[in-house]
Order: sequence, then structure tokens, then C-alpha cells
Amino acid sequence: MKINNVILRTASRFVVFIILTLALYLFFAGHNNPGGGFIAGLVLSSAFVLMYLVNDMETVQKAIPLDFRRIAALGAFLAVGTGFGGLIFGAPFLTQVFGHFHLPFFGTVELTTVTIFEAGVTLTVVGVVITIILSISEDV
Amino acid sequence: MIDISNLIVLPMALPLIIGIIQIFFKNQIKTQRTMSILGVLTTIGIAVFLLERIQTEGIMRLDFGGWEPPFGILFVADSFSVILVLVASVVTLICLIYAFSSVGEKMEKMYFYAFINFLLAGVNGSFLTGDIFNLYVNFEIMLLASYVLVALGGSKKQLRESIKYVVINVLSSWFFLVAVAYLYGQLGTLNMAHLSQLISESGQTPTLTVVSLVFLIVFALKSGLLLYFWLPGSYSAPPIVVAALFGGLLTKVGIYAMFRVFTLIFYHEPGITHTIIGIMAGLTLIAGSIGAIAYKDIRQIVSYNVVIAVGFILVGLAVMTQEGFEGSIFYLMHDMIAKSLLFLLAGTMITVTGKKRIDEISGLIRNYPVFGWIFFIVMLSLAGVPPLSGFIGKVLVGHGTIETGSYVLLALAFISSIFVLYSLLRIFLNSFWGETIISTDEEVPMRKGWMVSFSLFTILMFILGFGVELFIPYVADAANTLMNPQIYIDAVMND
Repeated sequence: MKINNVILRTASRFVVFIILTLALYLFFAGHNNPGGGFIAGLVLSSAFVLMYLVNDMETVQKAIPLDFRRIAALGAFLAVGTGFGGLIFGAPFLTQVFGHFHLPFFGTVELTTVTIFEAGVTLTVVGVVITIILSISEDV
Repeated sequence: MIDISNLIVLPMALPLIIGIIQIFFKNQIKTQRTMSILGVLTTIGIAVFLLERIQTEGIMRLDFGGWEPPFGILFVADSFSVILVLVASVVTLICLIYAFSSVGEKMEKMYFYAFINFLLAGVNGSFLTGDIFNLYVNFEIMLLASYVLVALGGSKKQLRESIKYVVINVLSSWFFLVAVAYLYGQLGTLNMAHLSQLISESGQTPTLTVVSLVFLIVFALKSGLLLYFWLPGSYSAPPIVVAALFGGLLTKVGIYAMFRVFTLIFYHEPGITHTIIGIMAGLTLIAGSIGAIAYKDIRQIVSYNVVIAVGFILVGLAVMTQEGFEGSIFYLMHDMIAKSLLFLLAGTMITVTGKKRIDEISGLIRNYPVFGWIFFIVMLSLAGVPPLSGFIGKVLVGHGTIETGSYVLLALAFISSIFVLYSLLRIFLNSFWGETIISTDEEVPMRKGWMVSFSLFTILMFILGFGVELFIPYVADAANTLMNPQIYIDAVMND
């Protein structure tokens, strides 16, 4: 059944960007405020789900040719990998460090290894949520 | 430069990262196999090293991210934990060898090895963690992997049993969370050593005893102590090698948690908690024995043997003596090895004959003599015949019960051994002796990988049986830490 839902289609083009921005905001806010990798991942995957709802699965698959299982694995790898990072420098497992760096345009920024960990969490959440939703919808 | 205590996390982190990497090599089965074997071998090496080091340097701990207890989460390695990590890794290694020639390409490409590694990560993590919420998390890692492994293959029976398995475990995990929340609400900490310290200072109030009973229910469900109703069904559904891993490892993690919680944290009211454990252990022994002789389905019989062992090991906890603990630890080591072997043998019997009931199979020993005699040896070992591995555990648990005058438990524990012997002898007499049902041209050849893993398990049983003197110092140290929780607390809190 092909539904030509013009309003949904048009709206989703803008809404997806709003959701993506919110996800990005939550991701970076999570360092010191409510938010973080997990919740950013959920919001991010809701953007994907919206795209899957509006267009059909093949179209999205063509536009974003990603294997979401691998994305989940990549995320888990990043998260566990940062844990191993500490080992190399003789610190306890999962030790995280941060430092202030001066970057052009951005000014002084606090860069930290937790961000890599959080990025891993985000990717895992996106990968798992999309995989679950896709496999449920494929069955029907 | 390298911090030695970081080694403690590797038995959990290494299988985890290997499992994750294997997802990228979905179709390269050879790579996956090599990675699994190398990873487990490294884990075994690390466990041996840690065990040696603990004997000289005392209990080791690792504060994740450098957050000191009681604020951070941590891993604590004492002899008890590391012995179990070692045996669990060895069992996984041998089961992997069996898996190479039994699970088939289709399942191997469905992330089979990755989930085996996740399972091992959860099991080892549960043994090593020093934080009760972290224990919950590691239980979940292990259970999630086991949910997948139960259902992998997708036969009708597997799906039916996996739903029961998932539901019962989600329920008990929920109870676990509730108990943890109560505990946190009462004491404001989740570090096990800190909990123990606080309880010994303020006394184990009736509220805390109730919380401890909630923990008892949770671990009883997970380990199959009295609340084993889900166990025989779930353990007879998945592929052989998965069932062997479950039979060898999963219930043992519940048993470990029970030992840890009721020797380290809630040991002030043994009149209530340990009496209940004793009663439950006794009832488990009775019910397991009845189950083991009631069925003719081989896998059911074997599953009920798991239940009997759970009851037996917890007799050692119920009596709370040094010897009882030593016996339980020995029996745990023995049971992880022997039960995995028993499951593999039972599964292989079904594979080669295509039949499930003992009265439909006969004369197997004519076709597969070595296989038959290995079954005979594991039967003797499980019954506790002297030179084999089951003996020392039974003797020491027996000593423990005599010391405290728990003659009922003593009687039940040893009568159950006779039931174990009878139930397995029944399989042996019915299925291995008599006229053969497989003619030589229909005979399915035993694969090399199968025989290698059977032999390795059998050799381990002999080593554990003859090398008791070798293992005694480690086991005694483990039991000593269980008897004197202050040693554990000192290592964690006052360092």
C-alpha cells in the first residue's frame, strides 16, 4: 500500500533536522548537564525511524547504506576500547582524562576521552534500536 | 608502568572486546574460531597468574577509573573468584573445541562465537565484581547472551522454552533490582565490602534480614535452588554445546552470588538465613533425586542431575564451616567440569542415535567403546568414587555437616549421591549395554573434535581427583576468606 502523505513528507524534512540538532545538543550537553550519549542515541534513532516511516525501507536503505548491526558493534568497540586506553598508560581500566585546548574559531575547549566513550554509547544505541525496529517491521 | 591490578579486569574485558570484534568478521569463521581460542587461552593464563599472586600478595582490587571505594565501582580478585574464573574459562575452552565440529556453519555465521564470548564475559565479571549493582549488570550480560544462545537455531521447542526462560529470568532480575534498591535505601552504599562493614557496625536489623531473603529468592531462581522448575526444560532445548555451557556455568554463577552475599554481607543471622538455605538445599536434593530417576528422556535426567548438585553445594554454605566451604568449592570446580562433560555426552548420544529416550537406545558401547567408558568414568566421578574429582568435595562437605551436627543434611547429601549413581547407571545399562541398534554401515563416526573435548574433560577430572594436594592451598585460602569476611573488607576498604 502506497500512501502519498504530502504533509508528513514535507514536515519530516524539517523535523528530521530539528531532531538531529537536538540529538547533537543533548550529546554535548550530557558532559555536565542532563543529556548524554544514551539519550542522544535514542533521539538520533527516532530521526531514523521517522525517515523509515515517511519513505519506505528501500529508499532509506539506498540513501544511507549502513549495516546498523555493525554500527552497534563499532559503538561497543569504541566504548570498551576507551576503557582499554587507560591500560596502555598504566592507569586503571576505564580511566578518563580531560584537558583544555585552544582551538581556532572555537576558543578554549575542554576535550575529554569521555566524549569518545559517549560517542560509542550513542552509536550502540542507534545501531541496536534501528536493528530491532527493522527486524520487527520486516516480519510483518 | 603497566598497573598489574589491571589484569583483574581482563577475564571480563577480553572476551567482551573479542566478542565485539567478531561481529565485524561475521562470515570469516576461521578468524572467529582462532580469536575465541586465543582469547580464552589468554584468560586462562591471566587467571593462573592472578591465583598465584593472590597467595603471596593477598586479595587484589582494581578501582575503575581510579575512583576509590566506596564511591567507585571495583573488581576484587580473591582466591574463590579467581578459582571459578579459571575453571569457567577452561570449561569454555573445551566446549569451544566441541562447538567447532558440532554447531554448523549457519549458526557460526549468526554470531555464535561472539555470544559465547559475551557469556564468558558476564560469567567472569559476576565472579570478579566487588559491587552488588555491578553484579546485577554482569548477571544481565550473561543472561542476555544466554537468551540469544537458547533461541539460536530457532526450532519450535527452543522458542517455546526460551520464552519461559526469558520470562522467569526477567522476573528474577526485577526482584534483584528491588533487593538492591532496598539495600541502597537502607545503607546508602552498594560496595559489598562497605555494605558488610556498615552491617557489622549497625547490626543486621530485621529489615535487612528481609532484604537478604529477597536476595535469597533471586539467587535461588538463578541457581536452581528449590526454585528450579524452569531449569530442566530450558536446559534440554538449546544445541548440545550451549546446554553444556549452561549446565556447567550458569547455575554456578547464582551459587557463587549466594556464597558471596551470605558470607560477606548477611552472615549475622545464620539462625534465619542459613537455616532457610539448609532447608531449601535439603528439599532440592530430594526433589532433584526424584526428578533424576523419574524420566526416561536423557536430557531431562541430566538436567535434574544439575539440580541435585546445586543442592549439594549449598549444603556447604548452610553449615558455614571452613571444611564445608572447602568442600563446596572443590565440588563447584568438579561439577563445572563434570556437568559440562555429562551434557556433551548426553547430547552426543542423541546426535549419533537420533533418539532421546534411554529405552530406545541400546548397545552404544559396541559402536563407540571409548565414548562408553568415558560416560562410565563421569558417572563414577559424579557419584563421588575416590580417585576421581567428585570425591574430595563430598568428603569435605560431609565433614562440615558432621562438625555442626546437621545429620539430616548429611544423610540427604549422601543419599542423593546414590540417586545420581542410579540415574546415570540406568542410562549406562539401558543405552550402552545390550544389543546394538546401530549397524556398522549406519554408524555415524565420532568426530575428532568431540573425542578431543571429551578426553580433555576426563583428564581434568583425573587431575582434580589426584591433584587434590596441589589445589588444597588455593581452596583453603578461598574458604578462609569466606569464613573471615574481614580479610576481604580490609583488602577493599583499608588499603
